[in-house]
Amino acid sequence: MTTHRYIPNSDPEIKRELLDGIGVREPEELFAAIPAKIRFHGRLDLPYAASEYEVKRRIETSLSKNITSNEMLSFVGAGCWPHYVPAVCDEINSRSEFLTAYTGDTYSDLGRFQALFEFQSMIGELVAMDAVTLPTYDWANASGDAIRMAAMATDRHEILVARTTSPEKRSVMRAYCGRLAEMQLIDYDPETGQISLEDLEQKISPNTAAVYIENPTYLGLIETQGERIAETAHDNGSLLIVGVEPLSLGILTAPGEYGADIVCGEGQPLGLHMNFGGASLGFLACRDEPRFLSSTGHRLITITKTERDGEWGFTYVLPERSMYAAREKAPSITGTGAALCAITAAVYLSALGPKGLREVAETIMQKSHYAMKRLSEIRGIKAPFFKSPHFEEFTVNFRSRKTVRRINQILLKLGIQGGKDLSKEFPELRNTALYCVTEIHTKEDIDRLTAALKEALK
Amino acid sequence: MTADTVTGYRAAAWNEPLIYQLGRKGRRGSAVVGVEEEVKKKIRDVLSEIPESMRRKEPVNLPELSEPEIVRHFIRLSQQTFGVDSGVILGVGTCTMKYNPKVNEALARSPKLTETHPLQETSTVQGILEIMYRLEKCLCTISGMDRFSLQPRGGAHAVLTNALIMRAYHKLNGELEERNEIVTPILSHPCNGGSPSVAGFKVVTIYPDPETGIPNVEAVKTAVSKHTAGMTITDPYDTGIFDPNIEEYIKIVHEAGGLVAVDQANANSLLGRLRIGDVGADLCHFNLHKSFSTPHGSHGPGSAPIGVKKHLAKFLPVPTVGFDGKKYYLDYDRPHSIGKVTGFYGTIPAVLKAYAWIMTMGAEGLKETSEVAVMNNNYLIQNLIKVRGVTLPWAKSHRWRLQEARFSLQKMKEDTGVGIDDVNRRIVDFGVQKCFPSHEPLIVKEPFTPEPPESTTKEDLDRFVQVFQQISQEAYTNPEIVKKAPHNCAISKIDPSPSRDPSKWALTWRAYLKKHK
Repeated sequence: MTTHRYIPNSDPEIKRELLDGIGVREPEELFAAIPAKIRFHGRLDLPYAASEYEVKRRIETSLSKNITSNEMLSFVGAGCWPHYVPAVCDEINSRSEFLTAYTGDTYSDLGRFQALFEFQSMIGELVAMDAVTLPTYDWANASGDAIRMAAMATDRHEILVARTTSPEKRSVMRAYCGRLAEMQLIDYDPETGQISLEDLEQKISPNTAAVYIENPTYLGLIETQGERIAETAHDNGSLLIVGVEPLSLGILTAPGEYGADIVCGEGQPLGLHMNFGGASLGFLACRDEPRFLSSTGHRLITITKTERDGEWGFTYVLPERSMYAAREKAPSITGTGAALCAITAAVYLSALGPKGLREVAETIMQKSHYAMKRLSEIRGIKAPFFKSPHFEEFTVNFRSRKTVRRINQILLKLGIQGGKDLSKEFPELRNTALYCVTEIHTKEDIDRLTAALKEALK
Repeated sequence: MTADTVTGYRAAAWNEPLIYQLGRKGRRGSAVVGVEEEVKKKIRDVLSEIPESMRRKEPVNLPELSEPEIVRHFIRLSQQTFGVDSGVILGVGTCTMKYNPKVNEALARSPKLTETHPLQETSTVQGILEIMYRLEKCLCTISGMDRFSLQPRGGAHAVLTNALIMRAYHKLNGELEERNEIVTPILSHPCNGGSPSVAGFKVVTIYPDPETGIPNVEAVKTAVSKHTAGMTITDPYDTGIFDPNIEEYIKIVHEAGGLVAVDQANANSLLGRLRIGDVGADLCHFNLHKSFSTPHGSHGPGSAPIGVKKHLAKFLPVPTVGFDGKKYYLDYDRPHSIGKVTGFYGTIPAVLKAYAWIMTMGAEGLKETSEVAVMNNNYLIQNLIKVRGVTLPWAKSHRWRLQEARFSLQKMKEDTGVGIDDVNRRIVDFGVQKCFPSHEPLIVKEPFTPEPPESTTKEDLDRFVQVFQQISQEAYTNPEIVKKAPHNCAISKIDPSPSRDPSKWALTWRAYLKKHK
């Protein structure tokens, strides 16, 4: 083949120099270790486009079939939320050094370590925890790590999980249980959606490693009994794990303040585009105690001094505990996580600052409440389903012969993406959808949704 | 000593304060979208709905900076970070630090991808579903497997997923209680032992024959039994040695009723030359952020799709992407599925970038990739082993290596006291990223493992050797230079003691202020 633009040594003359340097005549000789009978001798049937232009054109042709949230009005969240991403976030996220670095030490990669330490520091402030790990793939995986941490730190093996947790997230958490932990669900109050304290009291036992709750919950409401749940857990020698959506912490009490021992959550709202759910960031924080930190597989960056006064350096805490070193004795998986997303989140949190974070949380709450009020004015709609304070998401119950699925189809024709259908995940809520309103929605958007739903229910 | 004569490199050194030490109270870096007056009027004071105990009292302690300060801070940090785009980075074995094409980055930044929500009606996301579907087909072609899941986000996550599939398979056959062991060679990636353990398996480790660097077939036969759920193996190993008995191992495990998952995270030397599905593997995974050119992102997000043969397809995570001839759809109707391993569908930007890369290379390009990667590596080997103090274990039994090679500095350490940790602190003085040493346990003493992927230039291969020669010379004539390194970096030698001391370590600024002020 001709010299390839990504392969500098594919030029025949250079190849010859390499082969001469090695002392073989043909490159094939170098593959001698692969037995001939297991080699692939055919030609792979793959798409091919020689020029950059053709590649670009083909990919763009595919992508043009997508209708994005810029092109329609969307009210779906459920674990991935539409927010405004300031241009500084994209600027740093695409900075090629951060984009293409990997695992250098603090000497070559001081900036990477520092940015990640700053991420850890800001998350620590947000959730009121002194220890924060390097991030993992998403909230669901962070929850899985959190339950492993709790089981190991307590040497107990049962986790009580709020039943309002998304079934898909529970499925990911189960992937982390192995033979270490078992999950049991705690019911919620049918009126308020809050954890049923009676059910919690009943199910908690000497085997309970931790109670896992979310705030706000998957169903959008704010769990207001944090302190009582923490007390119940701690009186029993169990831990409290709280899963959070981070922007809500602009107005809500940090979990560390009401007794959480481990906090996890989703960082996508912190300056990351939705990317079809593919640019998520799971964060994990805990009390700064060796029994917790030795029970995580994630890398942990600590700040340190250097031989010169006034310089900051960084290194890893307890590196021998990670899977890279401990293999099957490691507490959980360790691997390529979500560092670039974390650096971006640090940029976002710096850009918002203390005031901006509070403002964005207040804005979200005001707009989502406006939406609930407006939708409730429609006959046949109850929004929210639960009597509790809500943050940015809320349940919309339809007393209608039309299913959520059908209603969403009608909305789509009107250029609106409706909320997530909950009828399979929470059949007891019957014909209910989960709607999401954030700072990016205007009054006009919400009024348009209201009019469209009125139309759809006719 | 500070000025480097071999490459003339000078590191950027900003002595940049922590962001918490910058800015001034009252500054801000963003203006938040406002709320319309009519909205405010209608809802009144919604915040009072939150009970007192749940209402935050003090604003979150975040830095207070203006936008120009934020940009300058993070740009400086980026300048003190060494990526593929920065310079010589071919020492980082097991990582395949190849070039990440710019056009793929540009495509992935299209709002047509970034502004799509994973739960939109599928009729509105046909474009990205098409790309996911087509990448799956490409990966099947390249690996010889029948189906792929794009959900796993990294190599360890992929092996965890594969272990969960093995568990589901044996559970369905009613044999899970008895089959609770995973057999793995120690020179496989650490997650080959670690991830199955997280999934609840007992791990049986096989060690290589000290003479050959690969396990004896007899050792595998002994390790495999009626308790074997499966084998997890990396081939080629991180030593760059291809284990030619792989087909034999697969037979042994299959005869015992187990499954085999081959870790192809670093498949750079095999592209177009070996399809592990043809060899009989039941499961495998690729790291898109290694062999398939997607960027490493300072340590993620990565992407590690898993491939399975037909008989295991029903266990794949939900949803898979289907095509009915007209429309792409998400298939949740999979009763035997292990469930989900990530929130939605995987690292989708990486999926798009890998698909674009495969299309750019085509069948010939993939073969060219493996050919040049292996040539680069063997050229490097021939030159590095001439450097005083450097040896290549098992060179007699395995003269040629595939995409990487594990060397030893044990001789240099014995002769001069300078080992790989010192060399790795010195090498960065020359504008060369440090070498990957080895995963543990250290089968090779004072190890280092370079991997020069196909995007490396011959000039950089020569430069790398030249730098090694220089450091070797320093070690044998004036070892203090190497031991006291770095001399030409953003910072000097760190105090490593907080690493193991709970009274000193500080993972956040707030912890630092508590412990050190």
